[in-house]
Amino acid sequence: MKYSSQMVAKPYFIFALILLAGEILFGLTMSVQYIYGDFLFPELPFNVLRMVHVNLLIVLLLFGFMGSTYYLIPEEAERELWSPLLAKITFWVFVVAGVLTILGYLFVPYAELTKLTMNDLWPTMGREFLEQPTITKIGIVLVVLSYLLNVTMTVIKGRKTTVSIILLTGLFGLAFFFLFAFYFSDNMIMDKFYWWFVVHLWVEATWELILGALLAFVLVKLTGVDREHIDKWLYLIIAMTLIAGLAGTGHHFFYMGAPGYWLWIGSIASAAEPIPFFLMILFAYNMVKNRRIQDDNKIALTWAKGTAVVGFLGAGVWGFMHTLAPVDYYTHGTQLTAAHGHLSFFGAYVMICFTVISYAMPILRGRPHGNGPKSQKVELISFWLMVIGMIGLTLALTVAGVMQIEMQRMPDNAHALSFMVAQAKIAPVYIVRSLFGVMVFVGLLTYFYSFFVKDARTVS
Amino acid sequence: MNNQVKIKAPYPPGDFAIWLIIYVELVTFGLLFIGYAFSRRGAVDIFNSSQLVLNQTSGFIDTLILVTGSYFVVKAVNAVKTATGKDIKQANTIASKWLFASILFGIAFLINKLLEFSAIFGMGINLSTNKFFMFYLLLTMFHFMHVTLGTIILFNVRRRTKKSGYSAEDHRGIETGAVYWHLVDLLWIILFPLIYIIR
Repeated sequence: MKYSSQMVAKPYFIFALILLAGEILFGLTMSVQYIYGDFLFPELPFNVLRMVHVNLLIVLLLFGFMGSTYYLIPEEAERELWSPLLAKITFWVFVVAGVLTILGYLFVPYAELTKLTMNDLWPTMGREFLEQPTITKIGIVLVVLSYLLNVTMTVIKGRKTTVSIILLTGLFGLAFFFLFAFYFSDNMIMDKFYWWFVVHLWVEATWELILGALLAFVLVKLTGVDREHIDKWLYLIIAMTLIAGLAGTGHHFFYMGAPGYWLWIGSIASAAEPIPFFLMILFAYNMVKNRRIQDDNKIALTWAKGTAVVGFLGAGVWGFMHTLAPVDYYTHGTQLTAAHGHLSFFGAYVMICFTVISYAMPILRGRPHGNGPKSQKVELISFWLMVIGMIGLTLALTVAGVMQIEMQRMPDNAHALSFMVAQAKIAPVYIVRSLFGVMVFVGLLTYFYSFFVKDARTVS
Repeated sequence: MNNQVKIKAPYPPGDFAIWLIIYVELVTFGLLFIGYAFSRRGAVDIFNSSQLVLNQTSGFIDTLILVTGSYFVVKAVNAVKTATGKDIKQANTIASKWLFASILFGIAFLINKLLEFSAIFGMGINLSTNKFFMFYLLLTMFHFMHVTLGTIILFNVRRRTKKSGYSAEDHRGIETGAVYWHLVDLLWIILFPLIYIIR
């Protein structure tokens, strides 16, 4: 560790991983509810679990991104963090706000929660991913602002690199687009537009910049390849991401009351969206091929390559599968969407957090050359358990999606099965999905265990 | 020996990254062109009658402007491509003048297109009027953005000629800009007959 203030990243990483465990547990519970509808009902109804599942995802990724940034920025800027104290305060404020909100979801009926948090004064609640009470949303803005201030001041006062500039652009984009969450239109179609400005422009535009910057940082460190070489790739990836990602918002405006030209804009622009992800694979493998140093932390490099590949599969391939308007007409909101959602969030964003954590945590724990071979071996097992588990889960959901489309969407009104009847017929596939879900959880536990494996080098 | 070196000169010209962008652009525009052709099959009458509203003369002027601009860019690249030693400064000055001319032509295209758009919008036409105008507006506006970007790129390339930045050894930057400008040109050469002329 070059700068002592990088240490503030550690609690962020740990908390992100704890949240991920919660995320998977709630997901598993829901997967059982797909098979036994009344499992844990009425204590934990499906809608509450789902809300917790998706909100935990966002919060854990924000913790992951923040931790990664606090680790990365001092090294890129070649100076200590502007205010380590502010980063620590931000952490605790975010933890308290996050935990309270999740507990609120779990123990207070949502309608009650809206009253309790005075949603009527400034209504923002009730939309998927943005269920947080308005007061929590304001809290998120304050946390993000303090984080941005800290990071920006560090960059301004220090060395400016392509990696840090692109990361900052992504972070400012993240902050800016969240502001649309504060607008709640009475018109449902208008509301969808603004809602997608947050959701889509986060995950398919600004977050991709963050992903690109983090991946590039880890690759620079592990391969020792010239920055000049990496910069060009990064700019290319970022340009493609922004062009395709911004116009690609159109694929959310299909058949929802928006004008028909969105079918064309959305289809064609989003057909280009897999390209930056494909470039990321070329980028990662190219860097590894041309590496100048042989870093002992091999597992971090495995995570980096894995991020590029699984990110491409989940976001690129599974996204493209149903992004063309004529296909989306049948697939919209089926389990195929869920398949894409799971593998893209995992491959692109959860895995980049694992990549940074696997690179940075050993250093933060006083092991500059990475964990020992035994520990890395355990981590490699966890890598495959999680990756295979997630791909298996995605394939199962894809099969479920196709069945659902065949039974519920394709036939005419007289022959189409209702949602619930179709779901009951898919139940055997949901069992397979749950088993792969368990595999992912076992993978995460193995990952946790790898932190405690002692081997010769660790001890020395 | 010299000849052999020339044959082995980097191909394709310009930076590899620009070619990736070009292929993506070609595919994207290609999909729109194919989409136009297929949609037209289903509504030939609407497409034909709507096409009559377009100003073909203005489109033809646009074509002349772009092709001439491309010629100027070629002259600029050729000027620096063989420059060595003492000639470098003079070659860059010449390239700078050619680039200035092509930038002016780029701006002329943009102005002409804006006039055309204002006439079209003045008639109350928009993306939702019909399929023909949807494609016309999507394609021409998308192309308009490309010309804008191409002009900005040429502007930046020209700034480097001011510092005598290009020579026989190092002319990758100017070639990259030129290749992009030719793409913009090529797209228009397909777009113009397809949308404005073919019936």
